[in-house]
Amino acid sequence: MRGGFAALTAACAVALFAACLLGSTPMEAERVLAALLGFGDASDRLVVLQIRLPRALAAFAVGAALGASGAALQGLLRNPLAEPGVLGISAVASLGATGALYWGFAAVSAWIMPAAAIAGAFAGTALIALAALRTASAVTLILIGVGLASFAGAAMNLMMNLAPNPFSLADMINWMLGSVENRSFPDLAFAAPFLIAGFGVLFASRRGLSALTLGEEAASGVGLNLRRQRIAVVLGTGLATGAAVSLAGVIGFVGIVAPHIVRPMVDHDPARSLLPSALLAGLILVLADIGVRLVPTVSELKLGVVAALVGAPAFIWIAMQRRTVHD
Amino acid sequence: MSPSMEQPDRFRGLQVTDLSVSAGRVTLVAGASFRLQPGELAALLGPNGAGKTSLLRGVIGLAPRVSGRASIDGEDIAAMTPRRRARQLSYLPQNRPLAWPSPVRDVVALGRFSHGAALGRLRGADRHAVERAIAACDLDALAGRPTSTLSGGELARVHCARAFAAEAPLLIADEPVAELDPYHQFRVMDLIRDFVDRGGGALVVLHDVALARRYADRLLWMKAGSIVADGPPSETLDAARLEQIYGVRGRVDGERVDILGPL
Repeated sequence: MRGGFAALTAACAVALFAACLLGSTPMEAERVLAALLGFGDASDRLVVLQIRLPRALAAFAVGAALGASGAALQGLLRNPLAEPGVLGISAVASLGATGALYWGFAAVSAWIMPAAAIAGAFAGTALIALAALRTASAVTLILIGVGLASFAGAAMNLMMNLAPNPFSLADMINWMLGSVENRSFPDLAFAAPFLIAGFGVLFASRRGLSALTLGEEAASGVGLNLRRQRIAVVLGTGLATGAAVSLAGVIGFVGIVAPHIVRPMVDHDPARSLLPSALLAGLILVLADIGVRLVPTVSELKLGVVAALVGAPAFIWIAMQRRTVHD
Repeated sequence: MSPSMEQPDRFRGLQVTDLSVSAGRVTLVAGASFRLQPGELAALLGPNGAGKTSLLRGVIGLAPRVSGRASIDGEDIAAMTPRRRARQLSYLPQNRPLAWPSPVRDVVALGRFSHGAALGRLRGADRHAVERAIAACDLDALAGRPTSTLSGGELARVHCARAFAAEAPLLIADEPVAELDPYHQFRVMDLIRDFVDRGGGALVVLHDVALARRYADRLLWMKAGSIVADGPPSETLDAARLEQIYGVRGRVDGERVDILGPL
């Protein structure tokens, strides 16, 4: 796995570099390298440092946050179908962000947007974790997630319906479809503290996820503080998912697909799947975003739309592989 | 049993005093008191719904106690942190679902969770304890296998190994041999007996009276939430007891226990 981990890290670096190379105006590697190091001509630096690099980093950060959140939620709920998107957490976070836009709070301070998305993510995660206390059935939890997502969707539709002007409408649609278009370094900087804190909490509590393999009762028996573990995962995924949504809106399924690929390579240990899942999900979104930019369409494809087009069938496939005896 | 495991830590006994457990307004366990000494295997017997599992969970502090106290070496179990508790007692719950097809060695290694062990990076004492438990439960050949490919008997041994790897002096097991064929029932009970003979204490829920008769030093008989009898098999097991507890006709003749049919 050590070799796999190094290869994954290298692949992420290569993908990020490639994201700076490719675009509507292709650029040679030397020019990109020069621009990245602060040399080269001004227009190259503008394209690479102000447009392509922050966009690629945003895609990576969003993917990493969703991959880690997915892996942690799957460990906590002991189900491979758990993910911020499926459980409705992303939708509620997006509702928070859309609400901030609708009522104009977002214009007050750049912190409002991530804060509103994170508040939404907390509310969604806490509700799911609360429901998980009452039922062991993953199907029930996913149904609750479907309900959450539908409600958040309806509330967002209502806001769009009542949108005061076409500009805020366009803004809101952007958040609902999911995109990292036009993300800047300041945008990244506002999300970064929450992303890092969320990831830190998840990473620090990862050992408890291994113990939960035994089921909650036995996990408690081997010495896990269940309450603390639940709080840590709710806090970590709330922060990371909220920050991801504030950067890119709703991007679904990447948090299912990445851990699913990683798990067999780490002996199905949720703790060891956390970091590789984050890297792989980041890699997937960077590559998908390159694809979105290269496909010649009239208006640019939204990353969230593409992620769902690819991810939803993967979700259905994973669900169909499962035997009902698990629930 | 093959290679011997390490001597469990010094353990002076489990003391349960007047313990009551309830769910809502229903009393599940009423005023249970008993003591378990080191080197003693106690079997908890009773019909379905007698409160055996609730008693175990109440002792450990997983089910909220209404009253009473359970302590190990004088220390109240409910006041312990989960980690400290796990160092004092291993618990095998009735339901033992494994969420992922983890390799056998990893599941056994989770028994070392309270010692700070992380899967895939076992060192020193943790690694030795896991290897010893794997050897003692005869799992060497299976150590790398995914648990999803094991039979029920093999899985039961994995869970025992997980419990033994903790090297806690007290084992509390809820129906460890349920759903096992007779051969594997003996295998698992031999493992528990071996653990007890090395100075540990074990409290085990069993449904097979003959198996309890054969392995246990003491029988705790439960009915309708209360412990109605407590003592060695020679004193507490007879035909009248089988009738009182299970409502069955039986014959007890020295080592032999025959259940003849319902009353």
